[in-house]
Amino acid sequence: MNSYFTSTLFRKTLAALSGLFLTLFLIGHLVGNLQLIMLSGSAAQEQFNEYAFFMTTNPLVKILSLLTYTSIILHTILTIFLAIQSKNARPVDYAVSSGSENSSWASRNMPLLGVLVMVFIAIHMKSFWYEMHWGQVGNDPWGNQDLYTVTVTAFREVWYTAFYVFSMIILGFHLNHGVASAFQTLGLKTQKYLSPIEKFAGAFSILVPVAFASIPIILYLQSL
Amino acid sequence: MANLNLTLKIWRQDGPEEIGEFKTYHVTRLNTHMSFLEMLDVLNEELVNTGDEPVAFDHDCREGICGMCSMVINGRPHGPLEGTTACQLHMRHFNNDDTITIEPWRAKPFPVIKDLVVDRTSFDRIIQSGGFVSINTGSAPDGNAIPIGKEIAEDAFDAAACIGCGACVAACKNASASLFTASKISQLALLPQGQPEREERAIRMVRQMDEEGFGHCTNTGACEAECPKEISVDYIRKMNWEYHRANVRG
Amino acid sequence: MLESRIPDGQLIDKWTNYKSRVPLVSPSNKRRLDVIVIGTGLAGASAASSMAEMGYNVKTFCFQDSPRRAHSIAAQGGINAAKNYQNDGDSVYRLFYDTIKGGDYRSREANVYRLAEVSANIIDQCVAQGVPFAREYGGTLDNRSFGGVQVSRTFYARGQTGQQLLLGAYSALSRQIAKGSVTMYNRHEMLDIVKIDGKARGVIVRNLMTGEYERHFGHAVVLATGGYGNVFYLSTNAMGSNVTAVWKAYKKGAMFGNPCFTQIHPTCIPVSGDYQSKLTLMSESLRNDGRIWVPKKKGDDRRPRDIPEEERDYYLERRYPAFGNLVPRDVASRAAKERCDEGFGVGPTKLAVYLDFKDSIKRLGQDVVSARYGNLFQMYAKITGDDPYTTPMRIYPAVHYTMGGLWVDYNLMTTVPGLYAIGECNYSDHGANRLGASALMQGLADGYFVLPYTIGEYLSNDIRTPAIPTNHEAFDKAEKDARDQNNRLLNNNGSRSVESFHRDLGHIMWENCGMARNQGGLTKAISEIQSLKKDYWEKVRVPGRDNVLNPELEKAGRVADFLELGELMVRDALDRSESCGGHFREESQTEEGEALRDDENFTFSSAWEYKGEATEPIRNKEELTFDTVHLTQRSYK
Repeated sequence: MNSYFTSTLFRKTLAALSGLFLTLFLIGHLVGNLQLIMLSGSAAQEQFNEYAFFMTTNPLVKILSLLTYTSIILHTILTIFLAIQSKNARPVDYAVSSGSENSSWASRNMPLLGVLVMVFIAIHMKSFWYEMHWGQVGNDPWGNQDLYTVTVTAFREVWYTAFYVFSMIILGFHLNHGVASAFQTLGLKTQKYLSPIEKFAGAFSILVPVAFASIPIILYLQSL
Repeated sequence: MANLNLTLKIWRQDGPEEIGEFKTYHVTRLNTHMSFLEMLDVLNEELVNTGDEPVAFDHDCREGICGMCSMVINGRPHGPLEGTTACQLHMRHFNNDDTITIEPWRAKPFPVIKDLVVDRTSFDRIIQSGGFVSINTGSAPDGNAIPIGKEIAEDAFDAAACIGCGACVAACKNASASLFTASKISQLALLPQGQPEREERAIRMVRQMDEEGFGHCTNTGACEAECPKEISVDYIRKMNWEYHRANVRG
Repeated sequence: MLESRIPDGQLIDKWTNYKSRVPLVSPSNKRRLDVIVIGTGLAGASAASSMAEMGYNVKTFCFQDSPRRAHSIAAQGGINAAKNYQNDGDSVYRLFYDTIKGGDYRSREANVYRLAEVSANIIDQCVAQGVPFAREYGGTLDNRSFGGVQVSRTFYARGQTGQQLLLGAYSALSRQIAKGSVTMYNRHEMLDIVKIDGKARGVIVRNLMTGEYERHFGHAVVLATGGYGNVFYLSTNAMGSNVTAVWKAYKKGAMFGNPCFTQIHPTCIPVSGDYQSKLTLMSESLRNDGRIWVPKKKGDDRRPRDIPEEERDYYLERRYPAFGNLVPRDVASRAAKERCDEGFGVGPTKLAVYLDFKDSIKRLGQDVVSARYGNLFQMYAKITGDDPYTTPMRIYPAVHYTMGGLWVDYNLMTTVPGLYAIGECNYSDHGANRLGASALMQGLADGYFVLPYTIGEYLSNDIRTPAIPTNHEAFDKAEKDARDQNNRLLNNNGSRSVESFHRDLGHIMWENCGMARNQGGLTKAISEIQSLKKDYWEKVRVPGRDNVLNPELEKAGRVADFLELGELMVRDALDRSESCGGHFREESQTEEGEALRDDENFTFSSAWEYKGEATEPIRNKEELTFDTVHLTQRSYK
């Protein structure tokens, strides 16, 4: 049993589980974000800020967010560790490599994609999460912190919007390999479930990032 | 039977501790019916005749089953043809004036011995850690005592088809030995004969694979694509499951 | 002189009685006894693991990078066993009888009967190891028929039976290596036997990675080094298959049995050019549905499809109406050679005949043909670039197996006490011709079920012998000889590659000591080989050094031994002026051109004795007595 917790396969399993948890988190996060564009004007402002208040105060959500932070940290540390281990497993690289002949681009570039996603998360959290908790955010007419205005203001900037859209493409690639791969690592991608899992993962990796990216695009367009 | 002229860039390394480098050779008037290794034979005979040292490469049966031949040809283990070892790759798959880069398997647990020859005893040690059924000679029950469904027997065979060449490791960006290890764990986990040691085997073989310094499996699928026996990555899925199952059961 | 040590009693009781009477070695004594095994194929790996399980200290050597690579791995068809699972009347006796008859009555009854007896245990053992044999839907083991026998007794694992059986033996060996009861030496080649007081007491090996010479002591030495078909240069053997260990044993006093008995397999992919390094076998099963033909007109260069039916000569069907395309291997091979020698051969080299599936595809449909032979067709297409569904295959016979080998007694011991030979490297069970699917059976029978018992008879007398230190002068001498030979090769400064000599030797052997042999050719071959050998030591060029991996040096040593073996084979072929099994002397044939045995003068196994470099070897005889079977002339008309 002891060797289990120190084994590469166990670390890989934790990385898969944390990845899958973050995938679930994305769905929740997306549902919240869509409120930015489902309504418009002050209705959207009221709805979104109330939601934001709920999300920062509800104890159950707090537990969930702790799990999310843990997952992000765990996923990052484990995959960095695994990437270093892999690097060590091949000290001399090939002069000619034809990876494109035998595997997908995303699957070969998960560490790079992961780093880019991490950069995005850092900037994203600085812009909103940090501002919300420790920054100068005013109140809306209903007495909630006005995260809505912070958000809408941010996406008036074209470069900021573009960065978001780019990051969602990166996320899409990361998910495109990551989701199905996690099921394989857990040993669940059996022949019976192979096709449903791959279809789900494929659809998820396109739909979720597209939905996420549509929000800043719409907000930017609305600001014009 | 067209004549083929090729430029070869081959990794030359005198010994395990020496520094290697690529050297360029030209071979001319090759027959397209030659196998890739016969093409190297032609080069080697020329090298001997001109007083050079021939290129060392592993090979033995030359019919695609012993698993000894091992070289990365233009970035692909065993070359461009799928489901084929280097010895069964024929020169008709190349064009006149091609430049072909030939490198050894690259992985820390496969240190280079000389030129294209690597040491694959790490694979032997993985099998030694548990890739067997503990049955002494003479104590076996009748072969038909335990019926095994045709489908299970076929599935076990698909896993058992592994020739231990190491192309999976060579192809994997992480130099993972998962496909090799998984095929043996799966073969024996599928068969009734493998059941008594099922858990222990999975734990010990996965541990040994780690200790040898192979990388982790990140499910790119490159191993299956380059495997000369086209062994499915589903066996890696199965190995993962077997490993979790074994540890949960203690 | 030759003691075959066949136990007394009825044929069917011999082995059982032997096992009950053989002296045992106590477990505490086994731990003190060292056994060396050379080679890790079916015979070597199974013997090493079984003896280690029994408690002996085993040291095992192979020249490949892993014991799993041995050439047993390439066997396709299957393994025979007298299980009678098909309820078709098979029995130990029938398997015994088929093997004796198939070997053209040139093997020892007692050994063959024992082989048939233990055959059933092999299947049980392999199943228990997890070998995935083919199964019926009901879960029982499946069988196929093979090579002209009337029962289905061949067990198989797709077309990779040898691989699966070897991996089973390799796994058993791996288990013992992990336990420390077998010490495995990969990439080590045996260069000499060490004899002390007339007994085999160790070996000199060279670590191929570092070039170091090593000395290993053993109370007994077991050779399991396979066949010597590569003396022909082109054969279906692996590139590394060689005779060196056997040859050094011969030179140290182990007699060589029936060296000229070679099996030529009729369905191989023909040679396509001078660069060719080896030949690939296509399973014999193809002859079940393929029809063999050549054009009726000499030198007909039309594409096969353009040659009309009435201009084709289905020569096997014409000559052997009863068996047609399914005549035994040696008959089919000779018939192909006869047609090609007469100028009817096809393809660029004119050394090939057609194997045509057109009629089968018409009769059965492409799906059925593909289900039966799909993987073979694919292999053929991969190698030749031709599609056998649309154009006939071209095939030609090739050297496949050597029935000859070190002479051994019932215990599988050579004429050197303490030196054993098992598997293809001994001469024992197949006589002058081996039946299909019997090589795997013999290798595993020797290794799992025979040698581990019989070696006890010798070792039980050796329990008081302490390990002999390897600084003994016999080790000094043997190591010096091995070093001297390699130094001589490396410092020869010649002008010709090893490969070119090997190719020339192969040519002499194939032309004169191949499918058909005659006195004139064989006499000529002896002098040709002798002068080639002289040339070799004057002109061979071996590049590189002794202290690193040097494949050219390995090859040079092997070819040096093949050159000497070739001469002995030719001498044996010359001496045996009858035709039998795979050995066809043109002087000894029926009016219809079929092989004619001479039982009066040749019912014996030859056992050649080395008498030194400058002296001709002596041919000893082991007379064969047949108490159970009755000798008849084979006929397939």
